[in-house]
Amino acid sequence: MSAVPALEVRDLSVEFRTRSGIVRALDNVGFAVGKGETAALVGESGSGKSVTAYAVMRILDPAGKITAGRAMFGGIDLLQQSEKDIAELRGRDLSMIFQSPRTALNPIRRVGAQLADVLVRHAGATSAGARTQAIEMLKKVRIPDPERRAMAYPFELSGGMCQRVMIALALACRPAVLIADEPTTGLDVTTQATIMDLITELAAETGMATILITHDLGLAAEYCQRIMVMHAGHVVEDAPTSALMQRALHPYSAKLIAATPAASAELDRLASIPGNLPDLRRADLPPCRYCARCERRTDACEQPLPRHVQPDGHAVACWNPL
Amino acid sequence: MIALLRHMRYVLSENPVTLLAFALFAVLVLAAVLGPSLTPHDPLATDSTRALQPPSATYWFGTDQIGRDVFSRVLVATRLDLAIAMAAVVIAFVFGALGGAAAGYFGGWTERVISRLVDTVMAFPLFVLAMGIVASMGNTVGNIVLATGIINFPIYARVARAEANIRRNAGFIEAARLSGNGEARILLMHIVPNILPIMAVQMSLTMGYAILNAAGLSFIGLGVRPPTPEWGIMVAEGAAFIVSGEWWVALFPGLALMLAVFCFNLLGDGFRDILDPRKRT
Amino acid sequence: MLRFILKRLAAALPTVFGVLVVTFVMARALPGDPAAYFAGPAATREAIEQIRAKLGLDKSVPEQFGIYLRDLAQGEFGKSLSTGQSVGRELVTRLPASLELVLGALLLSMAIAIPLGVLAATRPGSWIDHTARVVTTAGVSLPAFFTGLVLIYVFYYLLGWAPAPMGRLDAFASAPPGLTGFYVIDALIAGEGETFISAVSQLILPIVALAIFTLAPLARMTRAAMLEVLASDFIRTARASGLPPSMVTYRYAFRNALLPVITTLGMVFSFLLGGAVLVEKVFAWPGIGAFAIEALIASDYAPIQGFVLTMALLYVALNLVIDVLYGVIDPRVGLEA
Repeated sequence: MSAVPALEVRDLSVEFRTRSGIVRALDNVGFAVGKGETAALVGESGSGKSVTAYAVMRILDPAGKITAGRAMFGGIDLLQQSEKDIAELRGRDLSMIFQSPRTALNPIRRVGAQLADVLVRHAGATSAGARTQAIEMLKKVRIPDPERRAMAYPFELSGGMCQRVMIALALACRPAVLIADEPTTGLDVTTQATIMDLITELAAETGMATILITHDLGLAAEYCQRIMVMHAGHVVEDAPTSALMQRALHPYSAKLIAATPAASAELDRLASIPGNLPDLRRADLPPCRYCARCERRTDACEQPLPRHVQPDGHAVACWNPL
Repeated sequence: MIALLRHMRYVLSENPVTLLAFALFAVLVLAAVLGPSLTPHDPLATDSTRALQPPSATYWFGTDQIGRDVFSRVLVATRLDLAIAMAAVVIAFVFGALGGAAAGYFGGWTERVISRLVDTVMAFPLFVLAMGIVASMGNTVGNIVLATGIINFPIYARVARAEANIRRNAGFIEAARLSGNGEARILLMHIVPNILPIMAVQMSLTMGYAILNAAGLSFIGLGVRPPTPEWGIMVAEGAAFIVSGEWWVALFPGLALMLAVFCFNLLGDGFRDILDPRKRT
Repeated sequence: MLRFILKRLAAALPTVFGVLVVTFVMARALPGDPAAYFAGPAATREAIEQIRAKLGLDKSVPEQFGIYLRDLAQGEFGKSLSTGQSVGRELVTRLPASLELVLGALLLSMAIAIPLGVLAATRPGSWIDHTARVVTTAGVSLPAFFTGLVLIYVFYYLLGWAPAPMGRLDAFASAPPGLTGFYVIDALIAGEGETFISAVSQLILPIVALAIFTLAPLARMTRAAMLEVLASDFIRTARASGLPPSMVTYRYAFRNALLPVITTLGMVFSFLLGGAVLVEKVFAWPGIGAFAIEALIASDYAPIQGFVLTMALLYVALNLVIDVLYGVIDPRVGLEA
């Protein structure tokens, strides 16, 4: 990791105000991603991976409120920017790729025009120049026959093609940070691999920091140098991929690894993780949100969460690590 | 059930307008039931010496061109206006629910015939179709009810068809079929009762439209004949005096009409909020 | 595009056929014996039979339907009993007056309802949202004939701002020479400023009365569609791409939200065409609705049937235009068709 991280999130807390109570979706989330680094945010659905990304991008829906924290990017705190200033940064310096690419593109606008909109907005391109640049970008994400595809509507393209368009959209202005939220969900297996290869290749080429959000630990281990494990709005473990996969410290991470099918694994040896995520609306949430599911819990778990960091940067938030 | 009640309380507390609609509804029902026995004057009694008097302590809503008490007439008309709309909505409801459910459940030619029927009705501007029906079948109150029922039929048939279609292969229908129930019995005993709540919402939503439609028909001289008190006719009779400044003859029956429609529209919205599962969290 | 339009036209044919069957049945369902009715109360049996043969009522029903279609194809809508005039010609001369009302009301209604719906959707739960809801619910509860009367009382009788509700022009103006039959447009073309002002000032109140009634469905659909689109994935993408909020709201969200709004226009036209009949009566507007009402009172059936048929065909045509418009905005439809 380089000295100054490309994006550093500290003590990020987010609440959703719903009719049935306040959901504390994120609680003191912190991590950093270096320039050129590819890191993963891993966890089951509802663990707060996407909410973290939306909070950093400031695109939470109106019910979500950022109650504390910082997100430092190039010396400024993204969370303190005005709506106008953050809109300048989005799509230019910070970009995001979403899941289900078919619905993530405007259904009634040609994909070339959608790309051109972003280029005109951020790169100060003229509409004619944006058109050429858009085709250039489509070529870069290896869409065959880009001149013709630029005139296509999303419904005329396959899911994999749409995701390539999404990648082109996100990378059009050479951002410093890319967040890819489940970019391969809903695509078939071979397409998944080519999309991931494309993302990591383009990331390496431009030296941007990449955050891959996924529930698939295997995918994260294959493509990322570092993995942050999230559970119920907490980052419970943050480690270099090899360290985590060889020796997970948090009981939840260990279960997660055991539950991830490796190519050689037999199905009957797959473990499942007992219990569910706790109800984040409860007023009396324990400091460790995993403790109700944990086999290693002790009285110490009632204390505020610790953060043990090893010399290789392997951090864990647990009183009784493995 | 408790969840539904709690949700109802939530909707009502979030939305005091619905509460207002319930209050208005109670007033309307009271006026319809007790109206004729509450009138301060005879709604049909004419008296040329007191023609076109503005509202006063004696004649709250004034008097019309032949000296009849407008307040008494507006009050008495409630029953007739609501009865016409109610009867029309019931006709549309019964035929729409049965026809639509049959179309959705059986599919095939049943569905084609009923869909074609619905499409044909919908091909007309609805009020114009109602005019045509009444004109050709005869200018009677019964035909006003029938015409209003016919133009409301497609709304019910469409909803019922869609809902029955979703349920035709549901588990409980399969179970009823396996336990030896005939198709007609399944349709009547299992499909129709299940779509009733959704249809009930449609009923309150279309009630307002039915009142407007029936009043519109009598406004242009179809159906109810003078001197029977009816809001549409009363507005039509009062129209002539608007340009000479006797506003009360048309205003009060028009207001009554508007409030009744407003009440049912709000009620319909309220019921929809209460029953809409997407709004329940 | 042309193929798409042709396909839509073909798909409308069964509907037109249904309309023709219904109007034919209406013409034959007259109470009592139509031949006796048309012959008049003093007619002898022979005279009635003669009329029956003349009207083709002695032929089989399919044959009668064929004759009905043939007459219609020749623009023959029958004759008015009370005036003896050709119904077809009367309808053609009166139709522009009705259309002027309906289209004017539609434009006004859209100009108010769509921005209102967008505002309400971009600020859900705000005072503008609540106001919009109450105003539109109240609006749809107002019978257009009653609103018309209230407007006349306030703006003609009390304030004196509006002209007397007596048709399309005031007593001193004469109809502009014209091609379209829309006085507002004809007066503009002919450059007759005073006629134009007179035509517009006569139009305002009836149009407002009609438009108020159609505000609600349009505003509500706009609001609901905008809310749904604003919550969709591609809007999130647009925001994450840093597109300015105005561009996200209008170029991305609004164009998508227009699709269901355009579909709602069908219902709005149904309301407008029906409401126009009532408003024409209130404002002594010489349109086809007023013509039908006069005929109704005189129990003169040919004009009523001509009127119902004209309105239905007009409505089918308007729905066709809506379909094509939808196809223009949504590329997905054109390809499926």
